[in-house]
Amino acid sequence: MSDKQNLFNKVWNLHAVGTLPSGQTQLFIGQHLIHEVTSPQAFEMLRERNLKVMFPERTLATVDHIIPTENQARPFADSLAEDMMSAIEKNCREFGITLLDLKDSRQGIVHVVGPEQGLTQPGLTIACGDSHTSTHGAFGAIAFGIGTSQVAYVLATQTLAMQRPKVRRVEVNGELAPGVFAKDVTLYIIQKLGVQGGVGYAYEYAGDVFDRMTMEERMTVCNMAIEGGARCGYVNPDQTTVDYLRGRPFAPQGADFDRAAEWWLSLASGRDAEFDDVVTFDAADIEPTVTWGITPAQSVGVTQNVPSVASFPESERKLVSEAHEYMGIGDDQPIEGTKIDVAFVGSCTNGRISDLREAAAVAKGRHVAEGVRALIVPGSQLVAKQAEEEGLDKIFTEAGFQWRAAGCSMCLAMNPDKLQGREVCASSSNRNFKGRQGSPTGRTLLMSPAMVAAAAINGAVTDVRKMLEPAAV
Amino acid sequence: MQTITQITGSGIPLLLDDIDTDRIIPARYLRCVTFDGIGEHAFEDDRQQDPNHPFNKEQFQNGKVLVAGRNFGCGSSREHAPQSLMRWGIQAIVAQSFAEIFFGNCTSLGIPAVCASRDDLKKLSAAIEANPTLEVTVDLEALAVSFGGQSISITMPEGARSALATGQWDFLAQLLDAEAGIKETASKLPYLNAFSA
Repeated sequence: MSDKQNLFNKVWNLHAVGTLPSGQTQLFIGQHLIHEVTSPQAFEMLRERNLKVMFPERTLATVDHIIPTENQARPFADSLAEDMMSAIEKNCREFGITLLDLKDSRQGIVHVVGPEQGLTQPGLTIACGDSHTSTHGAFGAIAFGIGTSQVAYVLATQTLAMQRPKVRRVEVNGELAPGVFAKDVTLYIIQKLGVQGGVGYAYEYAGDVFDRMTMEERMTVCNMAIEGGARCGYVNPDQTTVDYLRGRPFAPQGADFDRAAEWWLSLASGRDAEFDDVVTFDAADIEPTVTWGITPAQSVGVTQNVPSVASFPESERKLVSEAHEYMGIGDDQPIEGTKIDVAFVGSCTNGRISDLREAAAVAKGRHVAEGVRALIVPGSQLVAKQAEEEGLDKIFTEAGFQWRAAGCSMCLAMNPDKLQGREVCASSSNRNFKGRQGSPTGRTLLMSPAMVAAAAINGAVTDVRKMLEPAAV
Repeated sequence: MQTITQITGSGIPLLLDDIDTDRIIPARYLRCVTFDGIGEHAFEDDRQQDPNHPFNKEQFQNGKVLVAGRNFGCGSSREHAPQSLMRWGIQAIVAQSFAEIFFGNCTSLGIPAVCASRDDLKKLSAAIEANPTLEVTVDLEALAVSFGGQSISITMPEGARSALATGQWDFLAQLLDAEAGIKETASKLPYLNAFSA
């Protein structure tokens, strides 16, 4: 049977309530996730208009951005952070929303918690006041970040006013070389398509490489769809998706699960599905990748040199010069060997158990270089617990890494974890923007968790393939 | 709701590409439960590091129309970014392109975010640099920006344009109007109906 619909359009059509006077679609949101940073003003909007939350059971709250990862005693030392905690507690209580707070063993980064709890499922529309909501697309959900006014719209109506984007299929075929991870794939795609390349599009990630990926790897890729400008990114649901969800607390149980799985699989883009655009890459071209600049597209393979200003078209040179100057990196300098001061493994991009295992495999039996501050921050309390059961925390602490509590930590530094001055950080997070990691002059090199561990041990950017067990390479 | 068809005022030129929302409003200023006072921190770190940043310059302090480059507002979904610009005094943004979440946030706040070609943006920018008090008018009906006898054409997705121009950019009331439709959609979603719907 011919099925020309792609997943995006199937899911969109199912959730379309109607067309607004402006021509935009009123789109039903199946799952809403909130956190302490972008929700307080939204609840105020509801209070001002005397509105209730229409489907309180379809919103789940957690706390992540401002959470200290060392001393979590309340009240927090930062009174502003404490105010935000009090606000989300009060708001959830008053509006009847479940909050996974610090005392709840399920607390963690919102984009780690949703999948972990089985809230994130194929065929849902998911919204959250956070751009990395695209993560949830790994399950074949349509998931996007929204602003605070829109958070209020979802709370009050469970819907949003949306313009339907076009759909681009991004295929990566072939086989990834050993030592090349999902993070490298997503950085490579952004390098090739640009940080604005996805504007106006939803990305469908397809091809051999994504078919073979675990759910956690797919989450890493979809997480950074937004860094390429796409409104969202997704992978079609398959048996890997179904197997991941089975038995999760919020996943359907028993006979419901079987019916659910059948429906989920039916949502995948048909064999003859049509797309507005298709781009294809070869997995063999992807190396361990490192950013050298101030946007996630400014990256190179670890064996390559930082591109010279002159190698870019005239229109790009101003931005490239600005990046070179800010980073203190020159034309044609090899990226390998770049000295680092801080190493950070964590975030909604790479703070899951598989990420910690990859970093631990490199750290085991080695030691962090002198003068390097190295942090391992699990994405959730459950990830932390699992890692501790596997003894990963011991591997890290014996190697000189700090083992912290779950939170967003140094990805955006709204908490005590920050760079100082012009420190250079090897980071498994998602953004290398100027000042992103908490120091207005701090510098970020994005890479995979294994590459971060390698950099921590050598005090400089290192090709992790040299450090992996021969069996693994 | 107020209709927004024309914004007139002096300009402020910032013709740079890929300006992210962390630069517009650094994350430490997101530690708040209201948007009050956030305007004074717009571009705080860029201003600290560059005395010549347009937001530092005396002659642009009254600028209402911000002129920017490609992919303006990329990165984080923080509505604090357009909120800080609005509270700084910006009422409209003309750029080569916008990141989509930022664009949606601007629309929610009644800030027209319109696109123009790079060449036209250069012209507009140069005219503002030459005469900071120059009156710039962004017209959502004529789809043009006029300044000092010149006019450049602009584009904007029709949904957002008509929402602003007809005073329907506060979507909350419209979305609430469809309560029956919302409930009906929910009643047909397999995952809200034990996968039997």
